[in-house]
Amino acid sequence: MGHTKHNPTVRALFNDDDVVLGAVKDLRSNGYEVSEVYSPFPIHGLDEAMGLKRTRLSTAAFFYGLTGLFFASWLTYYTMNLDWPQNIGGKPNSMWFLNMPSFVPVMFELTVFFAAHLMCWSYFAVNGLYPGAKAQNPDPRTTDDHFLMEVELEGDEDALNKKLKELGALEISKIEA
Amino acid sequence: MHYESPVRNPLILGDKSYSDITNDIAKPVESKAPRAWWIAFSIAFIMFLWGVGCILYTIGTGIGVWGLNKTVDWAWDITNFVWWVGIGHAGTLISAVLLLFRQKWRMAINRSAEAMTIFSVIQAGLFPLIHMGRIWMAYWVMPIPNQYGSLWVNFNSPLLWDVFAISTYLTVSTVFWYVGLIPDFAMIRDRAINPVQKHIYKLLSFGWGGKAKHWQRFEEVSLVLAGLATPLVLSVHTIVSFDFATSVIPGWHTTIFPPYFVAGAIFSGFAMVQTLLLIVRKIFKMEDYINIEHIEMMNIVIMVTGSIVGVAYITELFIAWYSGVEYEQYAFLNRATGPYFWAYWAMMTCNVFSPQFMWFKKLRTNLIFTFVISIVVNIGMWFERFVIIVTSIHRDYLPSSWSMFSPTFVDIGIYIGTIGFFFVLFLLYARTFPVIAQAELKTILKSSGENFKKHHDEHGAH
Repeated sequence: MGHTKHNPTVRALFNDDDVVLGAVKDLRSNGYEVSEVYSPFPIHGLDEAMGLKRTRLSTAAFFYGLTGLFFASWLTYYTMNLDWPQNIGGKPNSMWFLNMPSFVPVMFELTVFFAAHLMCWSYFAVNGLYPGAKAQNPDPRTTDDHFLMEVELEGDEDALNKKLKELGALEISKIEA
Repeated sequence: MHYESPVRNPLILGDKSYSDITNDIAKPVESKAPRAWWIAFSIAFIMFLWGVGCILYTIGTGIGVWGLNKTVDWAWDITNFVWWVGIGHAGTLISAVLLLFRQKWRMAINRSAEAMTIFSVIQAGLFPLIHMGRIWMAYWVMPIPNQYGSLWVNFNSPLLWDVFAISTYLTVSTVFWYVGLIPDFAMIRDRAINPVQKHIYKLLSFGWGGKAKHWQRFEEVSLVLAGLATPLVLSVHTIVSFDFATSVIPGWHTTIFPPYFVAGAIFSGFAMVQTLLLIVRKIFKMEDYINIEHIEMMNIVIMVTGSIVGVAYITELFIAWYSGVEYEQYAFLNRATGPYFWAYWAMMTCNVFSPQFMWFKKLRTNLIFTFVISIVVNIGMWFERFVIIVTSIHRDYLPSSWSMFSPTFVDIGIYIGTIGFFFVLFLLYARTFPVIAQAELKTILKSSGENFKKHHDEHGAH
């Protein structure tokens, strides 16, 4: 789970995405901390309802792409204009800039290559995904048609359980921190 | 929130729940292969082996075993290369461009279309590799420091641009596909009973658990990859067309090539998606997910891109006449009336005439008719590349060197082999991978499922 918690956690199982979304909103407005929701598919608006920050992966992808662009510029400059310039179809090669129109396709491809691959590696890394990793979801039903919510228990346990039942939870269990 | 206009037809038929989707999509992976699968696989595997033999013979003896001659020094190899790359384009178009346009009907077909992309780009990549003759020198296309100076690759050459375009396209399509596959592999992992199967899908699913933050990142990564893949797919066939357009051969040296090639690629790719999915939905009983609505949408794309290709053919003819260049004029006259007239008119019939039937709703919603047209279109698109390549060079500036091309059994064998290889990969995929992006499909069940739409109509919008 990554970080250690001081409070025990209550797990509640739901069987509908709209119900779980409503439950998250309700619990948070009542001061509970919803620490995780495991779902079989992305639920529109859940990240906002849980108060999650926007991911920065797209910003990272922009800079990865920029790296690819600079690499391609350097590579074409070094190989075609600096190390061994040759007359190819009379194309001007005294300066990289004059020769650059010929390099646009490769510069574009390497921009995309770097942006896409490095972003995916980052995505795997921040999510802790790698071949053979242990399944992160505690209940296998959450990749089928169930939704598992984890709420941090603060204060009265019975009140929380009652609340979760009212909100539509099918099963409730408690795990100690 | 889950409301959608009743004007739109449902995309998921029948009274389905989330768990029905899970069961239906996991079924082909968990059950024994149907007899039809084994028959298809055996045929494809024999074709593949025949192709392997012909490729080994080519590598061992040299490309002299092909039907090439001094005048026609590019023929089936490059025709097949362009044909396979073009077919690949529809997968990216469906998964990336239709994602950017928020087209929900893509969700039932994007997984298989992307699989088709990857498998056909693999076939395409084989041709330049074996055409090198000395395939063990293939790494020379990479800019690697070497003992000759260093003598670098030529970044001014469209053939090298192609190396970068195809390898970027293949690898980026693969990661795009895989990112989407991970949650679906996790679904199969979580319900697997057989321990070997469970272990394999555990490896493949990378530990995915469907946490809220991970889904948020998943959606962001999918969107950015779609944004990157869209210009990428357009660039790939543009660069393929540069292989011809930047030369000074009459019939090749035209600025219309990039958009014309891209439209042709989408056209042939959608036809191949139709061919494959009409079979998949039947064999694996996916008719509720890949239904007539999807088929009709794809037929409309085929009709539109086929017409764009038709306009491009006519524009080429017009510009050849209007240019006043006699060599250019002869190249086109020779295509239509020369010794390869049959290839030209086969291309015209298959690519321009046959998709026009799709204007009729009755025909574009007819499965058998769609299947026939999808095959016709792919034959036509193969002829298009053959016409562009062989008829442009078989009669050059010196009439004494005019010649014809006839393929040897090796040319034919390699082509058949790649078709076999493609189907071997696709059939293995269809048995072991979730063929529909089920996690994505579940997000549209409440808005586009038949039962939910009916419920909305009867009980009001909310």
